[in-house]
Amino acid sequence: MTTLTDLAASLASGTIRVVDLTHTLDPDFPVIILPPEFGQCARFRMEEVSAYDHRGPAWKWHNISMSEHTGTHFDAPSHWVSGRDVPFGSVDAISPKNFVGPVVVIDCVAQSNANEDYEMVIDDITAWEKQHGTIPNGSWIMMRTDWSKRQGAAYLNMREDGPHSPGPAPEAIKFLIDERDILGFGTETVGTDSGQGSHAVPPYPAHYYLHGAGKFGLQCLSGLDQLPATGAILIAAPLKIKDGTGSPLRVLAMVDNT
Amino acid sequence: MTDPLLAPPKKNPQQRSTSPTRPPEMRSRAALGLTAAAAEGRLALQCCSECATWQYPPRDACVACLSNDLPWVDFPPQGQLLAETTVQTSPRLYYRERVPWRIGTVKTDAGPMIIVHIHPDVTPQSAIHLTAHLDRAGQGVLVAMPPQETPNAMDAPLMRELTADPKHRRVLLTDARAENAPAMAKALKDAGAAIIFIGESESWRPYTARAALQEIGVEFMPLDVTDTLSVQTLAGEIGGKTDILINNAQFVRPGGALARGDVGFAQNEMDVNYFGMMRLAQAFGPGMCKRTADEANSAVAWVNLLHIGALANTPEYGAFAASQSAAHSLSQSLRSEFRTAGLRVMNVFSGPTESDWFASLPPPKVLPQSLARDVIKGLQAGVEDVWSGDIAKDVRDRFRRDPKVLERELTFGGDGP
Amino acid sequence: MTRRAPASYHGVVLTAPFSTPYQRYSIDTAHHWIARALKGSLDSVGLKKSQLDGFSVSSFTLFPDSAVGLTQHLGLSTRWLDHVPMGGASAGVALRRAARAVQAGDADIVACVAGDTNHIDSFRQLLSSFSRFAMDASYPYGYGGPNANFALLTDHYMNEFGATRTDFGRICVSQRDNALKNPRAVMQKPLTLDQYLKARLIADPIALFDCVMPCAGAESFLVMHEDKALQLGIPFARLTAAIERHNAHADDPMQLRGGWTLDRDTLWEMAGCTPLDIDVMQTYDDYPVIVMMQFEDLGMCEKGEGPTFVRDHDLTINGNFPHNTSGGQLSAGQAGAAGGFIGMVEALRQVTGQASGTQVKDAARALVTGFGMINYDRGLCTSATVLETGVRA
Repeated sequence: MTTLTDLAASLASGTIRVVDLTHTLDPDFPVIILPPEFGQCARFRMEEVSAYDHRGPAWKWHNISMSEHTGTHFDAPSHWVSGRDVPFGSVDAISPKNFVGPVVVIDCVAQSNANEDYEMVIDDITAWEKQHGTIPNGSWIMMRTDWSKRQGAAYLNMREDGPHSPGPAPEAIKFLIDERDILGFGTETVGTDSGQGSHAVPPYPAHYYLHGAGKFGLQCLSGLDQLPATGAILIAAPLKIKDGTGSPLRVLAMVDNT
Repeated sequence: MTDPLLAPPKKNPQQRSTSPTRPPEMRSRAALGLTAAAAEGRLALQCCSECATWQYPPRDACVACLSNDLPWVDFPPQGQLLAETTVQTSPRLYYRERVPWRIGTVKTDAGPMIIVHIHPDVTPQSAIHLTAHLDRAGQGVLVAMPPQETPNAMDAPLMRELTADPKHRRVLLTDARAENAPAMAKALKDAGAAIIFIGESESWRPYTARAALQEIGVEFMPLDVTDTLSVQTLAGEIGGKTDILINNAQFVRPGGALARGDVGFAQNEMDVNYFGMMRLAQAFGPGMCKRTADEANSAVAWVNLLHIGALANTPEYGAFAASQSAAHSLSQSLRSEFRTAGLRVMNVFSGPTESDWFASLPPPKVLPQSLARDVIKGLQAGVEDVWSGDIAKDVRDRFRRDPKVLERELTFGGDGP
Repeated sequence: MTRRAPASYHGVVLTAPFSTPYQRYSIDTAHHWIARALKGSLDSVGLKKSQLDGFSVSSFTLFPDSAVGLTQHLGLSTRWLDHVPMGGASAGVALRRAARAVQAGDADIVACVAGDTNHIDSFRQLLSSFSRFAMDASYPYGYGGPNANFALLTDHYMNEFGATRTDFGRICVSQRDNALKNPRAVMQKPLTLDQYLKARLIADPIALFDCVMPCAGAESFLVMHEDKALQLGIPFARLTAAIERHNAHADDPMQLRGGWTLDRDTLWEMAGCTPLDIDVMQTYDDYPVIVMMQFEDLGMCEKGEGPTFVRDHDLTINGNFPHNTSGGQLSAGQAGAAGGFIGMVEALRQVTGQASGTQVKDAARALVTGFGMINYDRGLCTSATVLETGVRA
């Protein structure tokens, strides 16, 4: 129990800091756009039920609605066709031990600033490992782009040929899965794939490979600039939705402040 | 001739706005035929089907032959003004606040004697042209107009009471992304609207028409009719200066219940087409209702753009049509709820438009410019129902002939196995 | 088709004229005012209400009651009952019917009463439920009420016959002179022609002094057989002629004449006299243009000569054509349906010598005309009656 006691003391003293990596659920926060003949990701919506008034004198509350994939959210393996048969692939079935784990941050800010369609390659990973050592198995990998600091139309960066935003190259994702056995992959953009990922083979390769391998996704993250390259612990527990393919959630990280 | 109406000065914040009062609303059932015709801009009186005698005031039996069959028929508008008076005092608040008010007695060429409102450009004891309008109570009334058009005739205070002219008024168009938005904005601008607010949802998502709208000169305002908070926020901002609200937000996808397999699009359709209207009404309605007598730029009209499937289901777009029926029904509720304030609800029914979503349907289609023109004409005439395009008129006529027959016509399948 | 001549009204007399004081606004009901007038008539000739066996009521503000409700309310048990909702023509019509009942023996003593209250908001409410045609086709246009309707008729009359506001003013000013001699009149201040012409417009050409003042009050008289009146030893007047007509001249584009024109020959034939033989005339005077129309339509002058007639005659009590001697509605006030009775009751006082301050010397024959109910664009009901002295007070 010493570890947890120490942890509690460190949290209390501020030696370990809790960082919020979540965007506010806001009706006007962008969601992924699919061709309009397909079903669409529901925007976050909030209807007041009462506000200390004739509808309920002493209390205020809202009914909310959204997609499983609205705002800062978690993708379970069952989200993708490649992961449809993964055992325990829905949010309610995933073992809770997967919701807390080490997190590695690969800095692609400069590359993304230079090229909004930047795809993180294996070289970026090996460069990171040269500096910080081999990525431990069972880690969350965060691709930092500072994209979360973009606002409005610049966030989706939608053009006539689709959105333009950075993401992982297909071989980099395969590498992380096959060679490093990661827990999951997270981004600051609206999906784990790059904006132009729909034109790749297979389309949306990050989704396809991650979920096919039973790995998880996190997207629409913010505040990755507050994480160290390694050494932090990520807490990302989706809502326990029956057969749910994902969930909006509060993503937190514990960071050593010393 | 009437002086052109000038843009109203900025409002004195210390002055009470004129209360929204109304002329008398009570009518016999028979008299509602006049209202029904005026609601779509027609002048009709009862004409006996047995002896062809015109009747006025509206009757339940022919004054000449006692027949009960008195259909409403388009009435020849020529007449002569025999006598007139200018009412200087009235026990009715609406008129008390608007006197002097000119009325007169017209001998129509077709026979009946009619007490009418008189347009200021009419010369005493001269020929007149009779028109029918809805007054602020939403009831049909008859107006003696000059036999020839005169300049600025619609700027007369009488006509401003009877119409919903966009001139000098501030208009909110709810959806900048709708394919009709640029044509609407342009038409409103041309009709003299003072400000065109345009609702823009999801500003993070670009759309091609934005540049055109910018060029026309609209005020982009954040608004998503599916987002209650955004509707309330905008109403808080411009609800007190929204004189005409045109709800052009519409969600449409093809297919009936079985073709779709889920309720997703149907929920979107209801959320935009039905709940959207309700959210707008709840947020903007009360403020507009308080401002219906507020000078030349008073709140005057609420416009819904509806698909003709609202009257009878069009199965290729079966689920969408259901949302249109819901919206139409809600518009009728709004009419009743806005009635005490005299705020007019105008429904513009159209057939398939040039939207991508109707691409699979054969012509004729309603062009955005035609729709916009019909909206403006409807507001300028002050009507309640506008039928835009040939398909809308065709379905309307069939509906009036026999709704059940129309249902069968619209739901015929192929010949089958 | 030749019309059958109506039977004579031989033996029918009117007695016990009574008018309550008029009051601008009242917190009391029509029932209150009708009871006051009925009691006044009965007391004036020493009759008890149990001796009444006929009752005729005219009122606009009795709702939800009618004559039926009043019998129980007032404790009357009659064998003849009538309700005459004909506004300005009520007195003549009520009298015609009561007269025939008395002649036929269906009733011995009929009380004809008209009365209304006037609450602060009565007039507005009365307007709003006056008639279906008014609701559908006249009130929505400016909601000027009768003022606007009569303004249209006046405008047309002026255009057709060259009448001026001064001509109408003569009628109003002379009636005000008469009213100053009637303590019951609401208007007690003199009115000059200049004041009349300068008054504020209500619905042009109608100005303030062309309009009656709505008020509360009631009027009453009794109808019985001459033998009964002689037996009681009370003053009475004989009914010599009476006509009524409804919705006449429907094809006239606007009303320039009333239903009297269809029946006036009958009237004068029954009365056995001519217009020249009339000592005092009481017209229905809700607006002066209607007074002129009555002068013309009863034969005092030709159609369109009303303006000349009023220029050529002095209409005051001591003038050469005494007219609306009580001040009429224009100066005494319009107590709702009692406005249809004010002329009849005043005429009855005149020919029985009971008019005190307003008495026309030696008045022996009176013409009473009635006009009522602007249903849409014109008055629909007309009546006229000739009374002669029976026994003076």
